[in-house]
Amino acid sequence: MARIDCNHIRHAYGPHPKSDKDYALKEVHHAFEDGGAYALLGPSGCGKTTLLNIISGLLYPSHGELLFDGKEVTNLSTQERNIAQVFQFPVIYDTMTVYDNLAFPLRNRGVPEPDVDRKVRETLEMTGLADMAKRKARGLTADQKQKISLGRGLVRSDVNAILFDEPLTVIDPHMKWVLRSQLKQLHRRFGFTMVYVTHDQTEALTFAENVVVMYEGEIVQIGSPAELFERPKHTFVGYFIGSPGMNVMPVAVEGRSARLGSQTIELPGAPKAGITGAIELGIRPEYVRLGASGMPVSIRKVEDIGRHKVVRASFEGRDIAAIVGEDEDIPADPKIAFDPAGINLYSDSWRVEMGG
Amino acid sequence: MERTWNNKAWFMVLPVLLLVAFSAIIPLMTVVNYSVQDTFGNNVFFWAGAEWFEEILHSDRFWEAMGRNLVFSAIILTIEIPLGIFIALNMPKKGWGVPVCLVLMALPLLIPWNVVGTIWQVFGRVDIGLLGYTLRALGFNYNYVNDPFDAWITVIVMDVWHWTSLVVLLCYAGLVSIPDAYYQAAKIDGASRWAIFRYIQLPKMNRVLLIAVLLRFMDSFMIYTEPFVVTGGGPGNTTTFLSIDLVKLAIGEFNLGEAAAMSIVYFLIIMLLSWVFYTVMTAYDAER
Repeated sequence: MARIDCNHIRHAYGPHPKSDKDYALKEVHHAFEDGGAYALLGPSGCGKTTLLNIISGLLYPSHGELLFDGKEVTNLSTQERNIAQVFQFPVIYDTMTVYDNLAFPLRNRGVPEPDVDRKVRETLEMTGLADMAKRKARGLTADQKQKISLGRGLVRSDVNAILFDEPLTVIDPHMKWVLRSQLKQLHRRFGFTMVYVTHDQTEALTFAENVVVMYEGEIVQIGSPAELFERPKHTFVGYFIGSPGMNVMPVAVEGRSARLGSQTIELPGAPKAGITGAIELGIRPEYVRLGASGMPVSIRKVEDIGRHKVVRASFEGRDIAAIVGEDEDIPADPKIAFDPAGINLYSDSWRVEMGG
Repeated sequence: MERTWNNKAWFMVLPVLLLVAFSAIIPLMTVVNYSVQDTFGNNVFFWAGAEWFEEILHSDRFWEAMGRNLVFSAIILTIEIPLGIFIALNMPKKGWGVPVCLVLMALPLLIPWNVVGTIWQVFGRVDIGLLGYTLRALGFNYNYVNDPFDAWITVIVMDVWHWTSLVVLLCYAGLVSIPDAYYQAAKIDGASRWAIFRYIQLPKMNRVLLIAVLLRFMDSFMIYTEPFVVTGGGPGNTTTFLSIDLVKLAIGEFNLGEAAAMSIVYFLIIMLLSWVFYTVMTAYDAER
């Protein structure tokens, strides 16, 4: 397993990129630590698969360099990089048995047959496929096939990292949970470096210790699930993570207070640097308190989703969402207050620190 | 579940039944009719029973033609299937080359069969044909008119030229349906070019190949027009295939009873062989 360094990597699919717009990947400068479990999270077309394919060597970046354990691999082929990758749709060799599927990468590399046998048996145990070793891979279910794809990566003891490209897309929901927890277990037991691409926030947040959120070809935030939730660095992160996403509203800031229409909102601190540009206040629905005191809102609808209710309201002419407990009543003359712990301030979409 | 029975629904299949009856069943029945009777013209028929069939099955001429057909089909399949796969594998998968290649490949298929025959008949002539003249000029003693070997080569090359495209197009369709992820995974697994072909491309082409083999077998086994135009079955009888012989028998010799019996035997053989091909290949497919 290895540490992966992406040094100022940029990639454009077209031959002559001129402006930033031509780049599918604007600039990624980031290190994936040895043995870490990372999720690349972002909407479709944000460049996460591009980044993954650059790491695996299926794509060569237009600019920048890639290091594995400090050694440059930018121009090496996929094979020379010793990477395992699991794709969105299970890739299996139909005509082979499960056993032969797992042995395939080893046999291709000329590993002696006794070693192949030992490694394949280990991997069959690891992935729970031991019972079906002799079966043809063709007739298996999607989740079993995906396990074979994974197994073909695990079987090689020298892999530098295991990459996952939305591997659970075609798996039934209840199997998703099973597979995800098995992946986590494997990671804990063997300490592989894993990079997992997904557009599903639940998948990313449950799988990874570190979630890398990408947006329009850039990494906008890297952090633990809690950090992404509490302190989204970019309004996109606030909006993309959480259900419903963060409420973002334009405000004018004076010292420790923010003005929105006729309302004044107390901030937890004054912004550190003098901020310019478009100023926005972001607050997650979880931190919007609905009650009898505070700022007036008019409620448009209440969605009861079982564990809690999502209140959609209009506040100073803008939409705002709030989460209230399942048993709480909606007051007749509703007012809202913002919990200062949940208030974030953004200047041109990027978060600004506030002093105490 | 309760089923509703409405026998009027049978009327729905009536149009197609009529169509098939007129296009296939009734003509076939007239053939059957001829095959069990003898006629000397004037619409006078005598009952002959299985005589014609016995005659056909004991006729050397029939079995020789049959042998030529089997050899021809075997040669055609051994050349066209691997060659078709090879060309399909090397065709571009994207870019401007795709339409160019597809059009080039489709061209021979669009030419009427007798025109194909005429093209090659002229092409191979030693006096004015480009191929025949060039071969002669290069010192080869090529002449499809009086050398059986040259006649066979000409007919085979013509068929390869005419029909390999069909195999190519079918294989190509199978190949382009393979998702990129398979090739990427193969790269990651360190698969060689041969392993990619053997474990990814060939299994994915399996079904279209089955169709290609069947079509090419049936067509080559029924071949008539092209060799008829080029060699007329000669020199001697060396390129007289079953269908050519059949026409000679029926129209040339006006031996309708024997020709009808031969048609039926011929038809049954093609059906039987196709069935064997199909069963063997699908069984092989299912087993893998």
